[in-house]
Amino acid sequence: MTTRIDTRFAELKAEGRSAFVTFVMAGDPDLATALEIVKALPKAGADIIELGMPFTDPMADGPSIQAAGLRALQAGMTLRKTLQLVRDFRKTDDKTPIVLMGYYNPIYIYGVDKFLPDAKEAGVDGLIIVDLPPEEDNELCIPAMKAGLNFIRLATPTTDDKRLPAVLANTSGFVYYVSVTGITGAAAADASVVGTAVARIKRHTKLPVCVGFGIRTPEAAKAIASHANGAVVGTALIDALKGSLDADGKATAKTVSAVADLTAALAAGVRGAKQAAE
Amino acid sequence: MTTAIPNSYRTGPDETGHFGIFGGRFVAETLMPLILDLQKAYEDAKADPAFRKEMDGYLKAYVGRPSPLYLAERLTEHLGGAKIYLKREELNHTGSHKVNNVLGQIMVARRMGKKRIIAETGAGQHGVATATLCARFGLECIVYMGAVDVERQQPNVIRMEMLGAKVVPVQVGARTLKDAMNEAMRDWVTNVHNTFYCIGTVAGPHPYPMMVRDFQSIIGDETKVQMQEIEGRLPDSLIACIGGGSNAMGLFHPFLDDTSVDIYGVEAAGHGLTGLHAASIAGGRPGVLHGNRTYLLMDEDGQIQEGHSISAGLDYPGIGPEHSWLHSIGRVKYLSATDEEALAAFQLLSKLEGIIPALEPAHALAKVSELAPKLPKDHLMVVNLSGRGDKDVPQVGDILKGRQS
Repeated sequence: MTTRIDTRFAELKAEGRSAFVTFVMAGDPDLATALEIVKALPKAGADIIELGMPFTDPMADGPSIQAAGLRALQAGMTLRKTLQLVRDFRKTDDKTPIVLMGYYNPIYIYGVDKFLPDAKEAGVDGLIIVDLPPEEDNELCIPAMKAGLNFIRLATPTTDDKRLPAVLANTSGFVYYVSVTGITGAAAADASVVGTAVARIKRHTKLPVCVGFGIRTPEAAKAIASHANGAVVGTALIDALKGSLDADGKATAKTVSAVADLTAALAAGVRGAKQAAE
Repeated sequence: MTTAIPNSYRTGPDETGHFGIFGGRFVAETLMPLILDLQKAYEDAKADPAFRKEMDGYLKAYVGRPSPLYLAERLTEHLGGAKIYLKREELNHTGSHKVNNVLGQIMVARRMGKKRIIAETGAGQHGVATATLCARFGLECIVYMGAVDVERQQPNVIRMEMLGAKVVPVQVGARTLKDAMNEAMRDWVTNVHNTFYCIGTVAGPHPYPMMVRDFQSIIGDETKVQMQEIEGRLPDSLIACIGGGSNAMGLFHPFLDDTSVDIYGVEAAGHGLTGLHAASIAGGRPGVLHGNRTYLLMDEDGQIQEGHSISAGLDYPGIGPEHSWLHSIGRVKYLSATDEEALAAFQLLSKLEGIIPALEPAHALAKVSELAPKLPKDHLMVVNLSGRGDKDVPQVGDILKGRQS
């Protein structure tokens, strides 16, 4: 089965470049603005969109993404509305892969049996669920694969060679390498260290490896993209969004362009890098 | 699963850390290798007689165990029913049952070569116990505490700082225990190489619920022996308060297979079950948070809600997964007591027995006041007096003063 994610990486390979993966929070700062932002991302150069599912207790996220989730929840965001956002996006874009990223509890409460077909129908391509390690694969990973959704696993600096095969076993779409031990928005890892880590993962899998956590500038994005099949940026985009809000935390005329402009700059950085050798 | 005793309630969790559907290991990949290391380190420690011997030495000479089992004669007379015994965990060094578990975890941390210890705390009892043992063993100690709890539990904050710990006030969310636990997990993810997370209750990812239960089971083990010595038989009922539920699990676990013993856990009903409360079983449903599946307070979208209780130690929106399982199979009955009921019980025990309890076990005492009068005089009831009330004196004093004026 070929998914939008597989197709996108095949296209990028043909172009000889790495992917630029953006992360934004569904419903931040409100549903309508978030839809406009998501629509603007591919036009600004995003190859894959990770869409955060807001959660009250994002234990692995830093203050920026945590605050983005709380803004979205305060504006009334729910998992159901997140799926609707994807559905609305698909009316104008049937190519850009969308990966939902978040924590398990809202999906568990929605009901896995109901969530997977609803997500597939809405146009979701993959899932990244931070608090579902391979030890809990029966919860969602295996049912998601059966439903035709990629389950993208995080690998980290603490995932050693002995553990990597377990982490990669049921992973599909791509592997998300977390370049630092820590929360989102933390300091960036050295690009050459990341290169070594990516090479190590690639000895265990043919899947593309994208790298995230701590990438904020076009230069950093370029450096990471030259060592990996993709660079993921989240916190910097969310900080740009936050900087455009008014004193009450509401969207302004600048909000969509603040995110789109930074996306364009970062995408240019990624496009300036040669893709890492397979 | 291979088990020597068929139909035992004491064989959980299974090898994947589950009690029925509850428990598990729902954490970020960064933490998984460490959690697997911890599981191995704990299993090695358990199998090592030297570990047990060293721990028993500290429990006796440093913690002050065994804690007495005390017949509360005046309370018994006042209520006019069951004979009420108090398991005096408040007499432990540091003033609560928390020290039993912290001692065990710190000794495991030392075996693992970890020099930096982090903890979360609500009322501060777990933080004080952790700060105390870090001081004793010369380890760096960082305690995350909600900013609201820092305000309402000043005596314990001062104690932790005197013991050399760094107390970090958490300013996000409702700024209480749940948020402190999130921050501790963020620290852990960031400093996973040198840091040991000392969890204060029977919750979190496997092996924590099992490990904390094992360390706290000394409460029930001693109670069994002491009751045999005093009354020549088992108690008829046990009762303890539940936040995360470690003092309760410690008392209950050794008795789970003694089916003649009725067991009651008491959750915090706050302003009442239709208002703000922290009764996860009575007012919540199964979900996944902080590394385990268990009963949680949440909205219809799976977003976690804040718990409320007069007691900072009980206002966590979840409960240990083994309690969720014991509820689901009906072995333990879970009740709840309101802030007002706990306050009344707090005053009752202070005046009748000369023992000022913490607000946490005051919830259990509130249900004793309800259950005991209906029971026969030969019914033996054990209440876990999990902590002393020193930390709550300023708060309760303010409430009572406010009512007089």
